[in-house]
Amino acid sequence: MNRTKWRNAGLELVRSKMGIVAIAILFIFILGAIFAFLSPKDPNALDALQRLKSPSSAHWFGTDDYGRDYFARALYGGRVSLMVGFSAMILATTIGTIVGVVSGYFGGWLDNLLMRLLEVILSIPTFLVMLLLSVFLKPNLTSIVLIIGLLMWMNMARIIRAETMTILEREYVLYAKASGQNHWGIIFRHIFPSLVPVIIVGATNNVASAIMMESSLSFLGFGVQAPNATWGSMLNNAQGYIAQAPYLALFPGLFILLTVLSFNILGDILRVGFEPKLGKR
Amino acid sequence: MSEDKKVLVDVQHLKKHFVKSRDAWGRTSEVLKAVDGVSFQINKGETFGLVGESGSGKSTVGRCILRLYDYTDGTVKFDGQDLAKLGEKQLKPFRRRIQSIFQDPYSSLNPGMSVLDLIGEPMNIHGMYKDVEERKEVIASLLEKVGLKREHLYRYPHEFSGGQRQRISIARALSVRPDFVVCDEPISALDVSVQAQVVNMLEDLQGEFGLTYLFIAHDLSMVRHISDRIGVMYRGRLVEVAGSDELYDNPLHPYTKALLSAIPVPDPRAVVERVIYTPDAAAEEAAVLREVSPGHWVALP
Repeated sequence: MNRTKWRNAGLELVRSKMGIVAIAILFIFILGAIFAFLSPKDPNALDALQRLKSPSSAHWFGTDDYGRDYFARALYGGRVSLMVGFSAMILATTIGTIVGVVSGYFGGWLDNLLMRLLEVILSIPTFLVMLLLSVFLKPNLTSIVLIIGLLMWMNMARIIRAETMTILEREYVLYAKASGQNHWGIIFRHIFPSLVPVIIVGATNNVASAIMMESSLSFLGFGVQAPNATWGSMLNNAQGYIAQAPYLALFPGLFILLTVLSFNILGDILRVGFEPKLGKR
Repeated sequence: MSEDKKVLVDVQHLKKHFVKSRDAWGRTSEVLKAVDGVSFQINKGETFGLVGESGSGKSTVGRCILRLYDYTDGTVKFDGQDLAKLGEKQLKPFRRRIQSIFQDPYSSLNPGMSVLDLIGEPMNIHGMYKDVEERKEVIASLLEKVGLKREHLYRYPHEFSGGQRQRISIARALSVRPDFVVCDEPISALDVSVQAQVVNMLEDLQGEFGLTYLFIAHDLSMVRHISDRIGVMYRGRLVEVAGSDELYDNPLHPYTKALLSAIPVPDPRAVVERVIYTPDAAAEEAAVLREVSPGHWVALP
């Protein structure tokens, strides 16, 4: 991995206003998710007298149809959404990288087998599989992460495979081969370090789509089960009260939007930053 | 090809065919004959130049000797040992003895590794100079041998010019004390002024380390200077092999004549007559390499 590349990517991030805003938003959300337990209100405590109250000083984000404090629910919901997003991303990125490197490096029948398998998985509508699986699997955090992660690695694998094949043609890899470096030596010393930027960019985009998928699943009622909140399930709940309490939809919707957007912006900026600069100082 | 010298590399009827396309059943339907029956020998301590235009198969020959490719047919013997018969494990000592320098100084060094790591890589592979301090010393003295400085040990490739990078490649190739170095167009990407420096350095190192070179190039001017004997390749075949002065003074094959007439003359008033070679494919196929005078072989169409 080239040092200048890292420096360029870092500079690109700091220089763009969008990048700073995106990092700030994610930072706040992640802090909120980590320190959600500091909130004085219990996210699952019912209060029949405080149903559907508008935002006030007592309830910053108001209360929902069971009188639960919406701010606390948003914090805890963010915790679940971000956790699912990150775990699914790690799973998808790991599988994608391994499949991509193996496929691109060894080629031949192994490459054929893996790529055909990938195409089969890719040809099945993702949402259909998610819904079918969540019927048979008990919906909990682990199974949701598994489902999302296992359905998201294919694009990553394809990008990594193509990149690996390009790196294989470089003369330093040829030299290493001609000098008797073994497969793992070539993969870990020469190929993997050059892949890191691609992996980082892919991973940022993967977090965004994992959060989207989790929200969609929860919105349809197949995600994390009540009474635990996620942004997606809160949005689902808000449907019935859109006329009386529009803020119920506004907050989780806005948070999902901001998180996904921030991760995507981050991915875009890093991608530009990692690209070699020509004549630009 | 004098008999009194010891043959180090013996290439016989080497063929490398690439599969261009396959039919619906996965059978090979079209092949590209990159190297099609090439034979030559390189004696210990000499430099054998291999020239030809782009796509003539000269780099493929080099890569077959390096065992980067599994060749289709023929044998490559190194020090009497048939390399194709060896598995990767038995091949390992030969991978130390046969080293390589590649063409593109910008792609032949891993941009993420320092000079110390780059030159140390082949040492690592072959378990040489395991002591950290000793290794640093050996690498620093190698750097000085190729005209770089000790301070460059911790620098990264992007801090060097093309010529300096090529020097690092040379130091890397020499780090494991090889017998034979395949130089795959090591000077083609460099400035003319730097080319001469690198070629002179390669010659000095040859004497000092007792090296044997296979020197692949596409222009003839530098090759004459460094090579003892030169083979001319055209479309996957050797069309002429001769001592370098003999080849330049007395070229027999029309393609060699065409190639020689293409050497630029640095004089704007010079009138150079270009020879254009129009090959007859059938005659080309049928031609066999024949010795016309001692050490001068030619395959006349």
